[in-house]
Amino acid sequence: MRGLLAKKLKFHLPIAFALSIVVAAAFKYTVTEPRKQAYADFYKQYDAMKEFNAMKEAGIFESVRPSGE
Amino acid sequence: MPCCFPCAGTRQEQRAKGRQISTLIQVSTSQHPDNRPTAKPPPRSEAYHADVPLNTTTQPSLGRARASTSGHGRTMLHLTTGRLGSLLTRRGIMALTTSNVRMASHGHAVEQADMSVPMYCDRIDTPLPDRIYKDELSATEKSLKQKEKGPWAQLTDEEKLALYRISFKSTYAEMKQPDGEWKTVVAGMLFFFGITGLIVIWQGIYVYPETPHTFAPEWKAKQAQRMLDMRVNPVEGFASQWDYEKKQWK
Repeated sequence: MRGLLAKKLKFHLPIAFALSIVVAAAFKYTVTEPRKQAYADFYKQYDAMKEFNAMKEAGIFESVRPSGE
Repeated sequence: MPCCFPCAGTRQEQRAKGRQISTLIQVSTSQHPDNRPTAKPPPRSEAYHADVPLNTTTQPSLGRARASTSGHGRTMLHLTTGRLGSLLTRRGIMALTTSNVRMASHGHAVEQADMSVPMYCDRIDTPLPDRIYKDELSATEKSLKQKEKGPWAQLTDEEKLALYRISFKSTYAEMKQPDGEWKTVVAGMLFFFGITGLIVIWQGIYVYPETPHTFAPEWKAKQAQRMLDMRVNPVEGFASQWDYEKKQWK
C-alpha cells in the first residue's frame, strides 16, 4: 500500500495529459478552424451598403425610415 | 471505518435486522395484543431462532404489524405502510426501514441493539468485524476452541468450518450473492418519478398563470421576420439559414 498515489499517478497522469491534448486538438480542428473559415467566406462577398439599404427598407431603423415614408 | 454506524445501512445488516423485526413483530403482536410493554425483552437467542422465511407473512399479521407500528407515530414507517402497504413486499419494508433500534424505542417486546459495544457485521469491505459472531458457545464449540489452541494441522475440515462459523456469520460467497435489492430501488425510484410527474401536471393546470401574448404563433412569425430583417447572426446563426433572394429557408 506504499507509494499508491505515485503508482496511480504514473499510470494516470500521462493518460490525462494525452487526453487533454487530443480533446483540445479535436476542438480546434472541428470548431474553431471552420468558424474562422465561415467568417472569412462571409466577409469576402459582403457589401455593407447593400445590406444597410435592405435593412432600411425593411423598416427596422428608427433614425432613417424606409424610402416610402 | 468502524462496523457500528455504517452497518445499519448495509443490505446484509438490514436483512438480518429485518428478519429480527419480522420475527419480533409476530412475537410481540401474538403475545401482547393490547400492545402493553412487557417487563423484560425476550433473550437474544430467542430472537435469532425460527429463521422465519420472508414469504410466510400473511396479510392479517402484516395488518397487525401496521397497526402496532403506526399507532406509535413512527412517521416514516407509518407513511411507508400507509401508502405502499399492500404493494410492498416484506423485502420492500425492510429496505425502507433503517434500523430496528428505531422500532425498538417504544418498549413493547422488541430488543434493543446495544450500539455502545462493538457490533458484528457482514461487509465485503470489512473482512474482520469488530467482534466474533457467536458470543454464547455451546459445549462442543467451547471444546473446539480449546482444540484450536493446539496445532491446527490436527483440526479436521469440518472443525475448521465450525470454527469459521463461530467467528463469522456468512462467507464471502454468501455475502456476495445477488439479492435483487436493485429491483426495489428502481421500483421506488420510478414510483416517486410518477408522483412527481403527477404533481407537475397538476401544477401546469392549476398553478401557472396564462402564457403571455408574445407566445402566439402570429406574434412569433412577426418576431422571426423582424429578426431576419435585422440580419441576426448572419454568419453562422439565425439569418444565415434564410435565403434572401428566394425568400425562403435554405
